[in-house]
Amino acid sequence: MSSRTLPLLFINLGGEMLYILDQRLRAQNIPADKAKKADWLEEDRKRVMNDIITTMFNKKFLEELFKPQELYSKKALRTVFDRLAHASIMRLNQASMDKLYDLMTMAFKYQVLLCPRPKDILLVSFNHMDAIKDFVRDTPSILSQVDETYRQLIEIYTPLSAGEFQLIRQTLLIFFQDMHIRVSIFLKDKVQNSNGRFVLPTSGPVPCGTQIPGLIRMFSCTGEEVKRAQFRNGGNYTSALREGSFEMFGERVIKLGTNMYSVSRPVETHMSGTSKNSAQHTKVNTAPNPLAKEELNLLAKLMGGLEVQRPSNTDSGFRVNLFATDEEEEEALISRPEEFSYEVINIQATKDKQASAELQKIMGEFQEAGEPAPSSSSKGDDLLAMMDGL
Amino acid sequence: MYHKEKSIQIKSSASALYNNLSVLRIAPRCLTYFTVVHANVVNMVSASWDGLNYSHRQLQSKEGNVATSSSLIMQAAWCVLPSRDLLVLTSQKGIQMYESDGSIMVYWHALDTPETPTAQAVFARGIAAVREKYICVGTSTGSVLVFDVPAKGSNITLSEVLEEHKEPITDMASECSGSLECIADLVSADDSGLLCVWKSGEDFQLLNKIPGFDVSCSSVKLWKGTVAAGYGTGQIRLYEGVTGILYAEVNAHARWIYSLDIAPFTGLLLSAAEDSLVRVWHLSLTPETNSVEIEHMYNECVTDTQICGAKFCDGDGYAFAVTGYDLSEIIRYTQA
Repeated sequence: MSSRTLPLLFINLGGEMLYILDQRLRAQNIPADKAKKADWLEEDRKRVMNDIITTMFNKKFLEELFKPQELYSKKALRTVFDRLAHASIMRLNQASMDKLYDLMTMAFKYQVLLCPRPKDILLVSFNHMDAIKDFVRDTPSILSQVDETYRQLIEIYTPLSAGEFQLIRQTLLIFFQDMHIRVSIFLKDKVQNSNGRFVLPTSGPVPCGTQIPGLIRMFSCTGEEVKRAQFRNGGNYTSALREGSFEMFGERVIKLGTNMYSVSRPVETHMSGTSKNSAQHTKVNTAPNPLAKEELNLLAKLMGGLEVQRPSNTDSGFRVNLFATDEEEEEALISRPEEFSYEVINIQATKDKQASAELQKIMGEFQEAGEPAPSSSSKGDDLLAMMDGL
Repeated sequence: MYHKEKSIQIKSSASALYNNLSVLRIAPRCLTYFTVVHANVVNMVSASWDGLNYSHRQLQSKEGNVATSSSLIMQAAWCVLPSRDLLVLTSQKGIQMYESDGSIMVYWHALDTPETPTAQAVFARGIAAVREKYICVGTSTGSVLVFDVPAKGSNITLSEVLEEHKEPITDMASECSGSLECIADLVSADDSGLLCVWKSGEDFQLLNKIPGFDVSCSSVKLWKGTVAAGYGTGQIRLYEGVTGILYAEVNAHARWIYSLDIAPFTGLLLSAAEDSLVRVWHLSLTPETNSVEIEHMYNECVTDTQICGAKFCDGDGYAFAVTGYDLSEIIRYTQA
């Protein structure tokens, strides 16, 4: 629907990913007897965050992202985030990556749903941006990339009308439709019910521009108010808060999109108890996607901006686990229900035959029925040329 | 005033779209049809009045020759004309019209979609049947397409394009009282809140333009010449259609209104919003003062649900039905 949705989806999901990774990296066991090693870990944590943020805000990548386009398929977007999560020496197993993605998507779904006004999605995005800026405050080169992104967001989104923001919101809600994964931190805070649905309070401040429900005013044909009446609104509303800042700096007022994790609040997800409708939903995405070329372009730009990172040592010190123990992680992978598999496209950013073959296969997946073999299709030519140049 | 009845299950959940519920009552067959949009699919359920039989059908958005499409549907609504009922679907690619049971597509109109996506989204939204033979559909450019519908068959033609709105059309409504005395036949609303009031005919005539002050109007109804409009700020306003005189302003909801409906025989008004609330009001016309009064009657909270569709199931407003984002059921209420 709205062709302006993808940048907001990417930036907010990316922001949530960074919050989670930051929390997990801090929570990784630091051996008490090796102070030196603890410092090394602190430095590496910052390096991991910097590497991911640098990739996220890569100029070419963002150029591609900000072009007007339809939202990516869930498959393609998940692949983009897989690559992003591996843009540093950090490694995540399949189960941890799945959990990371579940948390990111449910968090942003919650933020979109609870936004008082559709326009407030931009404030949520600025909350994520503000936090990202803070992560890289010591690195001027990345900081300037982040500032540039702020400017683009402001330029493109601040002129949009409320109706256009509502269309963006509706597009996002279709993307998140039927996702009811239960998140421990949400359940504990009572913002999510045990059936996976979010709590929508009928209390609290009304959005900016809205009045507290209750007043009826009736007018004569000359415009004079002739009668007033009150009705019980069935809720417990208070006046709107002041409006948050839509500029590069300033208080955003809205708390949605700020970091809700801390070292002491680990997150778990529960896969059970969700309805069959989630399986139904995957059917919607299997129709041939005529816009797949744009998705491939974005992936190529993303890979072009990556240096292949190889861990300098073979010990698993840089593997991040989103579960409490390795056993739990293994268990989660085995027991993950079929309908929740993300069907990630595996891409290796290496110059070898395997890469081209892999890409041929991906292009084959995106092919519409009846088209000739990938090598002769113009769709994939420029992508292959880009790969050869790596 | 109302109590909850047994819900009707639907095959997939409702998407967050304005006016995402359409109801068609078929008295001779003691059936009611419901449609709810889920992304690129329309869920149709036919429910027998004795509550014993339900049958389901799903329609996908089509585009000419291509069998299936990922084009998202913005709205689905029945158009009741004297000679026939048609089910109209509006999507990102165009407008489809089906026989009322969804069995056969009788007409397809493609929108001009650019090769590469532009900043401005392209779609059709806003559906109304007007007088004996017109079906009007709005678009994202603000145009209103007027289709001429014959009593039978598929020889539907585009008879006129009305260009008054500059912002995407959100909703449209035709005079629902059944009275032939009303001058205004159609009202169209857009994202800037502008309301245009029209008289139908070979050439549609613009009777009035009521400005919106940049507050989006997401749902609109026309009854006995009165325009009832629901806005993104949660307000409902009642206007005299032809003159534009404001009768009443209600701070009705704490969030964006998604659906309004009027029961033409009793003047009951139904409003539903993202704030989880459905409210029932009563409109009364006082001929002496030539004004319309609105009175609040009832609230229903659909817990933890952002409501996207609410319609009366009959002309008296004895029963109404509600859909919500991510809900795979149509919730029904009847008067106690």
